[in-house]
Amino acid sequence: MRKTLNQKAWFFVLPVFFLVAFNAAIPLMTVINYSFQETFGDNIFFWEGTRWFKQILQSDRFHGALGRQFLFTFLVLIIQIPLGIAIALSMPKEGVGVSVCLVLMSMPLLIPWNVVGAMWNIFALPEIGFLGHSLNALGIDYNYTQQPFAAWFTIILMDVWHWTSLVVLLAYAGLCAIPDAYYQAAKIDGASRWSIFRHIELPKMKKVLTIAILLRFMDSFMIYTEPFVLTGGGPGNATTFLSIDLVKMALGQFDLGPAAAMSLIYFFIVLLICWVFYNLMMRHEGHHE
Amino acid sequence: MSKISLNNLSHSYLAQQNNDLDWALKDIDLEWSDGGAYALLGPSGCGKTTLLNIISGLLKPTKGEVYFDDKKITHLSSVERNIAQIFQFPVIYDTMTVFDNLAFPLRNRGISEDKIQPRVKEIAEMLDLSETLYNRASGLTADGKQKISLGRGLVRSDVNVIMFDEPLTVIDPHLKWILKSKLKELHQEINRTMIYVTHDQTEALTFADQVVVMHEGQLVQKGTPVELFEKPKHTFVGHFIGSPGMNILPCKLMNGKVNFSGAKIEMEKKISSHKTYSKTQIGIRPEFVSFSNSGIAVKILKVNNAGRHKIIDIECDGGKLKMISSVTATTPSGTAYVKFNSKYTYVYGDDWIVEE
Repeated sequence: MRKTLNQKAWFFVLPVFFLVAFNAAIPLMTVINYSFQETFGDNIFFWEGTRWFKQILQSDRFHGALGRQFLFTFLVLIIQIPLGIAIALSMPKEGVGVSVCLVLMSMPLLIPWNVVGAMWNIFALPEIGFLGHSLNALGIDYNYTQQPFAAWFTIILMDVWHWTSLVVLLAYAGLCAIPDAYYQAAKIDGASRWSIFRHIELPKMKKVLTIAILLRFMDSFMIYTEPFVLTGGGPGNATTFLSIDLVKMALGQFDLGPAAAMSLIYFFIVLLICWVFYNLMMRHEGHHE
Repeated sequence: MSKISLNNLSHSYLAQQNNDLDWALKDIDLEWSDGGAYALLGPSGCGKTTLLNIISGLLKPTKGEVYFDDKKITHLSSVERNIAQIFQFPVIYDTMTVFDNLAFPLRNRGISEDKIQPRVKEIAEMLDLSETLYNRASGLTADGKQKISLGRGLVRSDVNVIMFDEPLTVIDPHLKWILKSKLKELHQEINRTMIYVTHDQTEALTFADQVVVMHEGQLVQKGTPVELFEKPKHTFVGHFIGSPGMNILPCKLMNGKVNFSGAKIEMEKKISSHKTYSKTQIGIRPEFVSFSNSGIAVKILKVNNAGRHKIIDIECDGGKLKMISSVTATTPSGTAYVKFNSKYTYVYGDDWIVEE
């Protein structure tokens, strides 16, 4: 057989090459470029080496935002994952109830993020908002624009309302994929409700839950719009998460170098944690056929 | 350990039943004695799994009762009935080891760990699972997984009955043989009532002492494999059992005499019934048709060599038939005469055997 050398096939790669270039590679290279230099506009740059990275990593402001970010993501995951699984378990498996539940569950996911922020902003206002007014009427002193705790409470509640559905839908899909025979066998084996959950439902949901945890981690770790609309990072810096801080630095103060360095550090943190999560959760998958 | 009786059992998956088709099971009466090996045989959708699930307590029957010995258990749960069931697809608990899988039914019943250890090891030994006993169950092959399912069914020594719902469907053919003989062996070893559901006649006939044939939600015949072969009580049994199945062709029944293809057919027993049927048929297995010097005139259409015997397609005025003859016998070509063995020739009226 004669082997013909034909390089034309490379042209087929061009579209995706350009897509990736403009989508990821070029913007990322720009950020890297900024992170090592100082600029005062007019396209004039001065080499600064790793100065911005050192500055960010040593700044209390960054540590504060990072700490708040971790706390927020931790709270979001610890509430939404178990809650989502619990709701999915209690949803009906057949009948009209299924579509009613699915539609109700999808609703919060369909609302634009800044609308969610605006909704909760008004909903929680102490004087006119239903939530804020009711809490105060019950004798609870609640004002999220002034009290850090109230601000945190409102943001977490908003995120739970907005995103638990995603976990519910994924967990529900996982549950629906379990064949009846498993439940029948468990019945005959005399398994308790807890055993069924622990040994059948949870292992069978593992893959979708991995996805749910990864998605919820990434989204909550990069959250910007909703807290920006709801609290604007306040009161003070109480709800200034990483992305809000980053925008303040880049667009508010126009510190492009430090902001670029910060985004790269931010990016690596997300990447690292996702990698660790994924490997931890998929540790045993290698044994499957 | 107990006798199982089903009393006038009917089941429908619909809330309201308007006609015959809405019933998955119709008036089943059945008795299975203790310690036997039984098979439930029928095509897909005939209601055999429904029947099994009613016995195991996974389904509540619409009508009728289930008894273990003389105790009515229709409304007891699966756990209270103390039965074991093995399903079509292997069910294993992924997160557990093989040992923990086998021990699971015992642990759920609060049996002490020092009794579990020897019992699980004994069962693992029987099923050749000893080598992988401490491996994670999820890593096993399909037949290994099904062995675990079997093991979980066998591990409790006090179960009333062990039921198999087409357990060999997902198993490779060469392993099927091994598992099948293993099951037979186990039945002899532990001497417990076993009910085996299948659509495969070979599986049913080799496993069971007694086979129950089901068709469209009805129980059509219960008998030993030999009885089912030699005297099918319903045309469906004739078709379904045997390879090729029984020849069933329209015939005329007049004054107790059977007329087929222009010839009078000899029957061992005279038919005295004066009932009228909307449809009468004659049934004869290909094994019991032979060439003769006189009788029914036939044309030979095709001869198929099937190893130890030949299957010959023939045609007469009454329709097309199949017959089996040995490979060594010579086959006449063109036209010939055949006769039916009168001992195994039956008449069916509206699909049921006419005996009186």
